[in-house]
Amino acid sequence: MTAVNSPLYARRRRRNSVTMGMAFGATVFGLSWLILILAVLLWNGFSGLSLAVFTEMTPPPGAKGGLLNPIVGSLIMTTVAVLIGTPLGILAGTYLAEYGRYDKLSSVVRFINDILLSAPSIVIGLFVYEVMVASLGHFSGWAGAVALAVIVVPVVVRTTEDMLTLVPDTLREAAASIGLPRSLMIRHVAYKAARAGMITGVLLAIARISGETAPLLFTALNNQFWSLNMNAPMASLPVVIFQFALSPYKDWQQLAWTGALIITLAVLALSIIARFLGSQRKQS
Amino acid sequence: MNSVASFTVPTVTHTGVNTVNLTDKVTIRNLDFFYGDNRALKNIDVSLYDGKVTAFIGPSGCGKSTLLRVLNRMYDLYPNQRATGEVTLDNENILDPAQDVNLLRAKVGMVFQKPTPFPMTIYENIAFGIRLYEKLPKSEMDDRVQRALERAAIWNEVKDKLGANGQSLSGGQQQRLCIARTVAVRPEVILLDEPCSALDPISTAKIEELIDELKEDYTLVIVTHNMQQAARVSDFTAFMYLGELVEFGETSKIFTQPNDRRTQDYITGRFG
Repeated sequence: MTAVNSPLYARRRRRNSVTMGMAFGATVFGLSWLILILAVLLWNGFSGLSLAVFTEMTPPPGAKGGLLNPIVGSLIMTTVAVLIGTPLGILAGTYLAEYGRYDKLSSVVRFINDILLSAPSIVIGLFVYEVMVASLGHFSGWAGAVALAVIVVPVVVRTTEDMLTLVPDTLREAAASIGLPRSLMIRHVAYKAARAGMITGVLLAIARISGETAPLLFTALNNQFWSLNMNAPMASLPVVIFQFALSPYKDWQQLAWTGALIITLAVLALSIIARFLGSQRKQS
Repeated sequence: MNSVASFTVPTVTHTGVNTVNLTDKVTIRNLDFFYGDNRALKNIDVSLYDGKVTAFIGPSGCGKSTLLRVLNRMYDLYPNQRATGEVTLDNENILDPAQDVNLLRAKVGMVFQKPTPFPMTIYENIAFGIRLYEKLPKSEMDDRVQRALERAAIWNEVKDKLGANGQSLSGGQQQRLCIARTVAVRPEVILLDEPCSALDPISTAKIEELIDELKEDYTLVIVTHNMQQAARVSDFTAFMYLGELVEFGETSKIFTQPNDRRTQDYITGRFG
């Protein structure tokens, strides 16, 4: 009897096809919901897309308007959050991967960072509310940006550490072997080798915060009018979507769909750029 | 400046070294090395002579790479690794905690088993190290980069693509780029840690040729698994076994009339 004809082999083949069938089914089931969500979003979002969306302010119910103030508010708060969170995150990640690699402190820091990474964003929103809104007596764009920065930091810490850990120690030794002090080695060799991955981490952090609603509800609140004042309440796309989608007005609901589409497309673009950078890293 | 070595150490067999015309570049006395509590080097006594190539051979785990990593204090990068004893470079104890390790490493360069070009252009790979110690105008820097690449016998292959990434070169070219990078900072001693083990025979031959040329200007120390290579490139050979230096002597003597039974067994291929 050859191996192909043996009952053991036949059973293995049967088991293989059953497992493959189940895996395929699960994939189709999971993906179909995603496709459904995207299709509904595209369908409803695109129908409301127009130039007015990007040039006019949020309207009162029944009037014409757009999403300019929440788009700009989101851009400002996201930018400030990234400007605060990225340097902090990169420095902390560098400590974990380079200086504190053998310290006890780094395992504590890493553990806390992991908790922060998975902390519900509403908790972060409440925390910043206590610290910056309740104490100062008013909602503000700054508070919103800080809340988003708190979400950025752990993401950047994690990716920075992971990417620096991937840099082979032989490269560090090579840098040391020509007399390079550690700080210069990190700046000129380790960061260069890990750069694509670290940028990817920052992009993923931006993608993560651009859809966050809860932390902004407690901090930046919302603003129906054009405002660049970071000390005043500030509009943002997620909060406007939240408010408009729950409203009974048809035109507000339409704007919410369009806003959701804009966020989704922006996140998609960021993910594609991150993917692209990631694949470049593997090639080099 | 350097004292003429004239010593005999009872624990090590020194096979007929005529030390009259030799100057110590590096002198190692009573060196012990520990990974945590594990003693990896035991009471090593050996001299590396100025302008000569010294090869360290021995089976895996015998401590030859560890010894090499003591000579530029590379082990300092890791916790729980320490060396005791005395290692002098031009009569200066490099194990002294006050020793500036970065200055030491500028004097004692190292080439690794796997080629390790920096993630930057070929030109920058060389210029980067030079810039650490000297501020040069562009034309002079170009000159220094060219000379370093010529010294490492790779100039002709890369002169038209100095702007290409160093990591895009072939393995053998990368290794010569690393040698050029080491040479560019003008060291006095060059440590080679199995520099050919990841290379094909043609690249290996090129590196060996290079070693022969480099010894005019530098003191070279090479760790190798390849005994033929040790016999071809070195003036002196040290045989190590289980963390001990078993025998040290002129390469021609070690490979023809070793004094120690273990050396003989190893070079004739009976173990290791």
